[in-house]
Amino acid sequence: MSENPPPNSPRSRELGRTRETAALVHADRFPDPGVPEHKPRLTDTDARAAKRAERTVTTLFVLSALGTIGSLVAYFALRPDGTVPGVRLSTLALGVTLALSLLGIGFAAVHWAKSLMSTKDYIDDRHPIATSQEDRDVAVLALKQGVEDSGIGRRGLLKGAMVGALLLFPATIAVPLISSVGGDWNVSAFRHTLWERGRRLAYDPDGRLVKAADLTIGSVAHVQPEASEEERTSHEWITEKAKAVVLLVRLNPEEIRSEQRPGSSYDGIVAYSKICTHVGCPVALYEQQTHHLLCPCHQSTFDIADGARVVFGPAKRPLPQLPITVDDEGYLVAEDDFSEPIGPSYWERLK
Amino acid sequence: MSTGTTSQNLRGARRPSAPTTAAGKAADYLDQRTSIGVAVKAFARKVFPDHWSFMLGEIALFSFVVLLITGVFLALFFQPSMALTTWHGDLPQMHGQLMSAAFASTLDISFEVRGGLLMRQIHHWSALIFMASIVVHMLRVFFTGAFRKPRELNWLVGMLLMILGLAAGFSGYSLPDDVLSGNGLRITDGVVKSIPIIGSYMSYFVFGGEFPGEFIIARLFTVHILLVPALILALIGLHLFLMVLHKHTQYPGGGRTHTNVVGYPLFPAYVAKMGGNFFFVFGVLALMGGTMAINNVWNYGPYDPSPVSAGAQPDWYMLFLEGALRLMPGGAEVVIGGYTLSLNVLIPAVVVPGLLFTFLLVYPFLEAKVTGDRREHHVLDRPRNVPVRTALGVAFLTAFVILALAGSNDLIATHFHLSINDITWAFRVLIFIGPWFAFWVTKRICLGLQRKDRELVLHGHESGRIVRYASGEYVEVHTPLDEQERWLRVNYQAHAPLPLAPAADARGVRRKGYAAEKFWHRISKFFFEDRVEPVTPAMLAASHAHGDHETIEVSHHEKGALPANATRHDVER
Repeated sequence: MSENPPPNSPRSRELGRTRETAALVHADRFPDPGVPEHKPRLTDTDARAAKRAERTVTTLFVLSALGTIGSLVAYFALRPDGTVPGVRLSTLALGVTLALSLLGIGFAAVHWAKSLMSTKDYIDDRHPIATSQEDRDVAVLALKQGVEDSGIGRRGLLKGAMVGALLLFPATIAVPLISSVGGDWNVSAFRHTLWERGRRLAYDPDGRLVKAADLTIGSVAHVQPEASEEERTSHEWITEKAKAVVLLVRLNPEEIRSEQRPGSSYDGIVAYSKICTHVGCPVALYEQQTHHLLCPCHQSTFDIADGARVVFGPAKRPLPQLPITVDDEGYLVAEDDFSEPIGPSYWERLK
Repeated sequence: MSTGTTSQNLRGARRPSAPTTAAGKAADYLDQRTSIGVAVKAFARKVFPDHWSFMLGEIALFSFVVLLITGVFLALFFQPSMALTTWHGDLPQMHGQLMSAAFASTLDISFEVRGGLLMRQIHHWSALIFMASIVVHMLRVFFTGAFRKPRELNWLVGMLLMILGLAAGFSGYSLPDDVLSGNGLRITDGVVKSIPIIGSYMSYFVFGGEFPGEFIIARLFTVHILLVPALILALIGLHLFLMVLHKHTQYPGGGRTHTNVVGYPLFPAYVAKMGGNFFFVFGVLALMGGTMAINNVWNYGPYDPSPVSAGAQPDWYMLFLEGALRLMPGGAEVVIGGYTLSLNVLIPAVVVPGLLFTFLLVYPFLEAKVTGDRREHHVLDRPRNVPVRTALGVAFLTAFVILALAGSNDLIATHFHLSINDITWAFRVLIFIGPWFAFWVTKRICLGLQRKDRELVLHGHESGRIVRYASGEYVEVHTPLDEQERWLRVNYQAHAPLPLAPAADARGVRRKGYAAEKFWHRISKFFFEDRVEPVTPAMLAASHAHGDHETIEVSHHEKGALPANATRHDVER
């Protein structure tokens, strides 16, 4: 910056700036210097380099052909045996040979274009995108004549009837579709689960019944409602199970600071819905020391000892508690259904 | 007409140059039926500008082609059904398990169909690369201003393609009906239910009843292989048609103007490069599919509403939504008049993407409005020359990255042994500060680079040669820029804020529309208040005439002129 010499210094003479700038002094903008001169590549000037490039391209095409042959060999020679390593090996061999076959062609074509095809710049003109005024006039005239021809301007009733018919007809498809697509549309099903008074608690997934005595303090059990084998292999089961899964934790009875409904627990065993009140992931990570239950999806954290209160994360409400007790045989049973809809919030949830 | 020529005419008029070669005859046959000659004449030597970044959209296109090829393969074996079945394949951990036909056929594709797992993996990797190349292509278009007139509508087509790409990815991800994708669907159900008033019914609409029901896989399958690809294909057609109609944009440089296009002819150079690029993209995807395992569904097992795996991530393009869901504090859920409004879900899952997409949607029109520029633009901007646009782009990108990282907060916690709560809190703060900071830094960098350009044009490059004058003064000789480089650094327009006429006219009457004008003037000022004007020949001449003490003029109307050679950055400090 500060080292620029005065105009008659060695530098400005040497580089001839004075002469050049003098010619430009009054212009607002520099002139466009035009497309730079084309620089020839080595392959343009040296025939041997061009020959070399040609050989490289040929070799790449040959490699591709070898890759294809290799992939056929791999297909017939490596029969996967249905185990994970077998399938992996076959996938690896097929994938690598396929890649060789494809990359050979890809590299060959690009190398050919870059080293041997002309890189001289060409210039095309652009024309304005907009139609010329004459063409626009013709277009407008054509439309006017069409409108005139149809007489739509004069026949108001006909116009109304046409618009009405066109607006109405989609209903023929939309109404049957929409009425069927949501099943019975009975959204009150969100409120009920399989749990009812006297329904026994069973382990998930094997279906064994849960005895209170089996649970030691600090242990956790994943629980589903007791159901017959037939029920559990039916189509509807997955939907019912999606609402009914429960997490059972046995705490030291003194550790329970609060419950949602007093008396819902049995001897330190508390049962809470496993479906997160945020967006419905199964809440599955239990930390014994803190009694915190963490949803692995979005990290909502619930305090099991404190009525499943939310201690962190995006959930607002505690997990609903399932009231439980034991029956005569010592099995854990539900006393009732959940007292509120499980899972994520929805608009009419409290209605 | 004489009878002699009639029989000749019935056989078709012979053209003066009747083709003799086989290729010539075939071309003649085709041309007489399709007038394909016109198309060949128009396109064979059509000029395309050359730049590596113009390849990004091609990558998206070609990975879509790979998706179609591998997708057809998969569709031949996949069963889009939730009917329960027992699998009898060889895999010990899955043998004899009860599962949906969809999951069973996914296992069959992986273990029984030879090459099936390869196709699955190529398909999945292609989907990830497809979305990535779309996003990077959009960034290129955004930062270079390629969305400006006449390409605003094609920008919208591209936006729709990106959204359809998300839909394609999402619907395909859920098809195997495994634990991971099933939990993803359940999250979707939770999000749908949070929509005010109609949420429950929307959930029934999607699932045909309660989650998961028995229809969702078949429905997603139709969406995934028919609806979305058909729309994508149609819109790709429109996208490319508009691209050809407008002729491709070109980067600034000597001889490149808004009325020409400088580059190589389509045939042969571009045919070879594009064709080669297709094989290259397919080859890389095949290599990824062959060597990098992805979505090993047999490790997750068939969907069951009870289990869930920790550290589960959605595909990368969904991570920002996942991150937003994780960051939002639960307290945002409110009950109004007995109705529950789950703002803790609605804001991250609907408002956040809504903001992002709205920004992308309106930006070309907003910029046109604040520049007041109605000309066609075919020469791209260097990002530094439009500092606020570049800064806004980087700010949104930063928000996207922060949310995506927040979507991996559990992995960050386990890998770096940090508390997940601390990480979440850090991201909660960062999402507000990060984009703002990124905006500020980027804008400063752009202005700095523009000043650097100015400096170079006025004084040239440092040559490293030290010269001593007779007076004893030492100076370093600067080499002036050659005219190509100088052109690159001066050939841009620094838009000024829209002018604002006084509120009252000459007779003291308040003008109509003043409030709107003032509003747009303000927005325009936000964009163009700080700017660096390109060097003019007059300035260069002055610089040489007066020695070196010219100022770096930064037009900064509101805050007063800056001292010579100072940047605004210095002043603020």
